[in-house]
Amino acid sequence: MSERTNAQPLVKTVDLKKLFKLKGGALLHAVDGVNLEIYPAETLGVVGESGCGKSTLGRTILKLIEPTDGKIYFEGEDITNYSVRQMRHKRRDMQIIFQDPYACLDARMSVVDIIAEYMFIHHVYKSRAETYNRAAQLMDQVGLARRYANAYPHELDGGRRQRIGIARALSLGPKMIVCDEPVSALDVSIQAQILNLLMDLQDELGLAYMFVTHDLSVVKHISNNIMVMYLGRCVELCSADELFANPLHPYTDALLAAIPKPDISLRGKEQKLIKGEVTSPINVKPGCRFASRCPFCTEKCTNTDPEFVEVTPGHYVSCFKVNNK
Amino acid sequence: MADERTDLILDIKNLKVIYKTDMEVVEAVNNIDLRIGRGKTLGLVGETGAGKTTTALSILRLLPAVTGKVLEGEIHFDGQNLMEFDEHFMHAIRGNRISMVFQDPMTSLNPVLTVGDQIAEAISLHNDQLSKEEIDKKVEDTLSMVGILPKRKSDYPHQFSGGMKQRVIIAMALCCEPELLIADEPTTALDVTIQAQVLAMMRELRERLGMAMLMITHDLGIVAQTCDDVAVMYAGEIVEAGTVEDIFTGERHHPYTVGLFNSIPNLDSRSSRLKPIPGLVPDPTNLPKGCVFSPRCEHCTEICRQQRPETVTHGTHSLRCHLFAEKKEGGAAHE
Repeated sequence: MSERTNAQPLVKTVDLKKLFKLKGGALLHAVDGVNLEIYPAETLGVVGESGCGKSTLGRTILKLIEPTDGKIYFEGEDITNYSVRQMRHKRRDMQIIFQDPYACLDARMSVVDIIAEYMFIHHVYKSRAETYNRAAQLMDQVGLARRYANAYPHELDGGRRQRIGIARALSLGPKMIVCDEPVSALDVSIQAQILNLLMDLQDELGLAYMFVTHDLSVVKHISNNIMVMYLGRCVELCSADELFANPLHPYTDALLAAIPKPDISLRGKEQKLIKGEVTSPINVKPGCRFASRCPFCTEKCTNTDPEFVEVTPGHYVSCFKVNNK
Repeated sequence: MADERTDLILDIKNLKVIYKTDMEVVEAVNNIDLRIGRGKTLGLVGETGAGKTTTALSILRLLPAVTGKVLEGEIHFDGQNLMEFDEHFMHAIRGNRISMVFQDPMTSLNPVLTVGDQIAEAISLHNDQLSKEEIDKKVEDTLSMVGILPKRKSDYPHQFSGGMKQRVIIAMALCCEPELLIADEPTTALDVTIQAQVLAMMRELRERLGMAMLMITHDLGIVAQTCDDVAVMYAGEIVEAGTVEDIFTGERHHPYTVGLFNSIPNLDSRSSRLKPIPGLVPDPTNLPKGCVFSPRCEHCTEICRQQRPETVTHGTHSLRCHLFAEKKEGGAAHE
């Protein structure tokens, strides 16, 4: 992160929180005090297991979900309290690609209409012809043959549908795209095609991505920086290479150890498995969220929240074991 | 893959399965051969629509009755051809000697029965001489075997997490100590840390019970860590098969296997681009005339488009590709 200290982050959050109220007044801590920065033309990978709040974080940044507390800045501008009308304007710059390419497309609209819809909403072009012309260009850009322009989503496979989702997100010329598990519903060979496409588009258009996924090998491949989340908290944040070379938080360590690696020389070797499962995010008590599964848990961990500390330049961890060194 | 037939728990020969509707014929599985030795684990790898699940369902004779049809082939389980038996006989096999674990733990359990009752059902079906107390005891034993507290047998599925539900399903599959377990993507719906726990448990139980396993997956990492033998399936055909060493090491591989490996982002090195396989899986209602992989293959030649390659076997390693057919003319061991 050192070479672009002067650059302004495109997106910045300060102590962002999203708590959902449940029946009976209980609070579900989906996102609990996250600080992050996304720079232009860079990718921030967000990893974590299901229920850790990574998708909620992505949607809260776009204000598709209203944050409970904290601040969101876009290009230095505080958008936390923007109204729906003000946000609509901002969404030209911030878009999202969804996880399920089967559910996120209107089944009754043809491919070209789906891609053109946002441009009609935002009155990007004066005439219909210009809009459809641009939609066709977008199809070329994401590698969709123009013969599918009048097809309906159900006629296409998952990979092509995801390409429609990408074309739609690109249609307004955004500066940042939140990619919410865009490849997890796809087969490996198609997944690789979509990852390549996203990386090419980033080079071409200078897009910033916030790439939300549970797949560590994918996130390493595509990200500049990676943030590891556990139960609404960010437990570790650093560059992709650093995270894999030198994971400091016990949870990151366990996550990395848990990936089955396509290498038979590792067969039969003892794995570092963590016990137990993710605890409930409802009415969480103070203390480290990972304490109940952590092999290094001490009394302090169960009472006090560890701070998010920069251990080495650009490498942030929240863990007493690491911070005390 | 020993030559002695008696060592095989499962021996599939020349299996061909189609799904037939009024509109079209889907060629789901095309003349495949598969063998699993006693106590061995075979990994069946391939993408969506390759025919992995169809193969598994054919073994248990659970194909959809109206559309699914086994056209050709034999499935020998412990020396007996399962295709020759009636439904009554299959009832005694299913869940007792061959069990299956399905992909989605959320939908494989009955939401209105306690998990204890669901496991007890499987036990009592196959052991009618057992008393209620004995069955109860067995349910508790099975639950503790998969790492669930026995007292939770009176809980309902919605009270369990995804990983715990998958453990319950594995418990149900193992309660009659089957000789063969078919696991159809058993960990796809789980988080990585939970997946690692479930896989470690399955490995340990396999050792303890000495059962054979057919592990269906698309994850080459899981194959490398759990399987003894591997079969790579593409568009209803087995394009490459062998021991894990054959598949994960060495130079001679089917272009599709190479493509699969190139599609996974590598954790150890940082490459800027992946090398995916171009194109898509062919439409199973209209398979290519020659090699099924030819439209996507970078080594495709004229003969690939015209003629379906024969399987060439070299020791334990077999390949179905014209690239290797020329060099090993005499070694063809297609049955």
